[in-house]
Amino acid sequence: MNGIATLLAISCLLLLGSSRLLVSIRMVAFQGVLLGLLPLFVAGSGHIGAAALILTITNIGLKSILLPWLLTRALFESGARREIEPFIGFGASIMAGVVLLAISGYIVNRLQSTAEISSSITLIAGFFMVFSGLFLLITRRKALTQTLGFLVLENGVFTTGLSLGSEFSVYVELGILLDVFVGIFLMGIMLFHIDREFDHLDVDRFNELSDLTVDVASNEEASE
Amino acid sequence: MITAYALIILPVITGVISLFISSERVRRNLLMIVAFVHLFMSILLCNGSVGELNGIWLGLDALSRLFLIITSLLFTGSAIYSMVYLDKHPHFNGPAIAGLHMPANSNAIFAACMQLFLSAMSLAILSTHFGLQWIGIEATTLASTPLIYYHRSRRSLEAAWKYMILCSVGIALALMGVFFLAMTTSSHVQHFTPAGLSLFSGYLKVEWLKVAFIFFLVGYGAKMGLAPMHNWLPDAHSEAPSPVSAMLSGALLNCAFLGILRIYQVCVTVPGAMVFANELLVIFGLLSLAVSGIFILRQPDYKRMLAYSSVEHMGILALGVGLGGSAIAAAMLHAAGHSLVKASLFLLSGNILAVYASKKVEDIKALLKTMPISGALWLAGFFAITGTPPFTTFNSEFAIVRVALQSGSWKTAMLYLLFLLLVFIGMLTIFMNMCFGKKGEREVDGSAGESFWQVLPPVVFLTAALLLGLYLPDFVRTTIDGAAVLLGGKAL
Repeated sequence: MNGIATLLAISCLLLLGSSRLLVSIRMVAFQGVLLGLLPLFVAGSGHIGAAALILTITNIGLKSILLPWLLTRALFESGARREIEPFIGFGASIMAGVVLLAISGYIVNRLQSTAEISSSITLIAGFFMVFSGLFLLITRRKALTQTLGFLVLENGVFTTGLSLGSEFSVYVELGILLDVFVGIFLMGIMLFHIDREFDHLDVDRFNELSDLTVDVASNEEASE
Repeated sequence: MITAYALIILPVITGVISLFISSERVRRNLLMIVAFVHLFMSILLCNGSVGELNGIWLGLDALSRLFLIITSLLFTGSAIYSMVYLDKHPHFNGPAIAGLHMPANSNAIFAACMQLFLSAMSLAILSTHFGLQWIGIEATTLASTPLIYYHRSRRSLEAAWKYMILCSVGIALALMGVFFLAMTTSSHVQHFTPAGLSLFSGYLKVEWLKVAFIFFLVGYGAKMGLAPMHNWLPDAHSEAPSPVSAMLSGALLNCAFLGILRIYQVCVTVPGAMVFANELLVIFGLLSLAVSGIFILRQPDYKRMLAYSSVEHMGILALGVGLGGSAIAAAMLHAAGHSLVKASLFLLSGNILAVYASKKVEDIKALLKTMPISGALWLAGFFAITGTPPFTTFNSEFAIVRVALQSGSWKTAMLYLLFLLLVFIGMLTIFMNMCFGKKGEREVDGSAGESFWQVLPPVVFLTAALLLGLYLPDFVRTTIDGAAVLLGGKAL
């Protein structure tokens, strides 16, 4: 279980440092597989019930096959291959990732004094994924990377829930998974529309709606 | 109990069916029938013949009664209104996306998503289990995003994308909150509901409860439009079709607020957590009031002005609950009043938009002459939304000030009044510029926005807001007082 958590954390670091969008999508798909395996390990061998199996299969099916397929399609459709000039560079992003990892470790360390936490390594990984998801959402320009950031954030929340041992019934877990899936699916469809309407996937050039006066013309020039 | 399930499941079934109906007329009639059946069942359910439901999954208490009736009422109004609205916006078949065979008829998607949206809101309101409620609130985001993108323009796409990303991230954080809330008890709680957790109030871990509350407040607060997480709101509300804006502002924001109220219900049973929660609610409430006050002044777009006014009123709700005592009951009354008034204002803005084809304040002049009915209602709506007597919003806003003064929080009361004044001035100039003045050179035909079905829902809602201000019937009073007692407050 600690092995999986470590792999999850490493995949996040790689994600922060990768400029190629296809690699990023693959990395998130890989996270989906790891995440699917996690409930099996939490249950412990010999206690794997139908519930854990259903969750595993749905998780892997949705997060590592269906969604990556959709996002890859969106990627090829748009012709974009790389994340261009993120607000924070890739090297700096990895450094920020290391800092975020340290912060996650610190938080979990503090939490341990108030409650028994069964698997602190997994919890650290969960927090770290939440932080890196937010980091990707804030610092990247492409709508596609933002979608990936949201997926990583959601994976992090899922991991956190698992490591805190807060078990709801399977119905609730499946409902949550379904919501997340439909959400990303909608984002994927919107990626197609954004690409067609704007001819680019750069969210920072979304500036038609704003109350803070932005000089649209000069902005456009700067980005051309 | 069956009625409660039916309220959630029926709109899903009919919503999916309407995707496959090709006849425009049949689809619209179905939407109307669903709206009225939903309203009828909600009234039946809330009438109390079933008593207090308190299941593991679904339940019905004073809080859910209040919000259910508001939501159902608003949906019926919006459904009636959208009959005419859809006529004015002929559907189009968008280009299909390669490989994804989506039904491309925009009106079919509109009808389907409206019904799914209703179902998701009903689920968010009726669920007692925290996990289930999360599912409901997230589902409302998913169902309403296509509605915001109805016009298929660049601007609406930008608004829909912002809405989707900001709300989804917020709600993901709220899910963290749900997990943390589960950590407050070491023993396995059978019912993960507000009532179930309150039973163990003596044993709950206060620290975890506080952390959970922060995540709930930030997460659902983003969806509710509390500053500084409100950025999506003006865009989404101004770009969405008017009947959808009315639903978003009048019903959806309440649902998100209910998410916060549910954990607040647990907090009030733990003294340490309650003080903490109250402080946070007051701070976020005042901040929202301040932000809306600033952005409403000189706002060039009247639909955005209405959106910022929603931020303001959500701030008032948070502030009222945070002050405690009878301010909580006042906040509940205010939620009802705001929903009625804001829904009618958004519907009226649709009428104006249909005539002038512009959302700019400067393009609209002499509204009272061009559109006598809508113009008069628009002006009445202004008085209602700014809390002028005799509308119900005045009573609730006044009750909140009174509690603030009685409890000795002078600073809060002064800031609250200051921001209300700012909003009042901002809205006054906008409404006066629109209603009076000389007719512009451009000839406009006012009758396009004055048909019976376009005017009826706003008339009904505004009249209701007026009557509630003059006299509070017993069943409304008991519901509001019951809701306040659940939240540890006092009767109005």
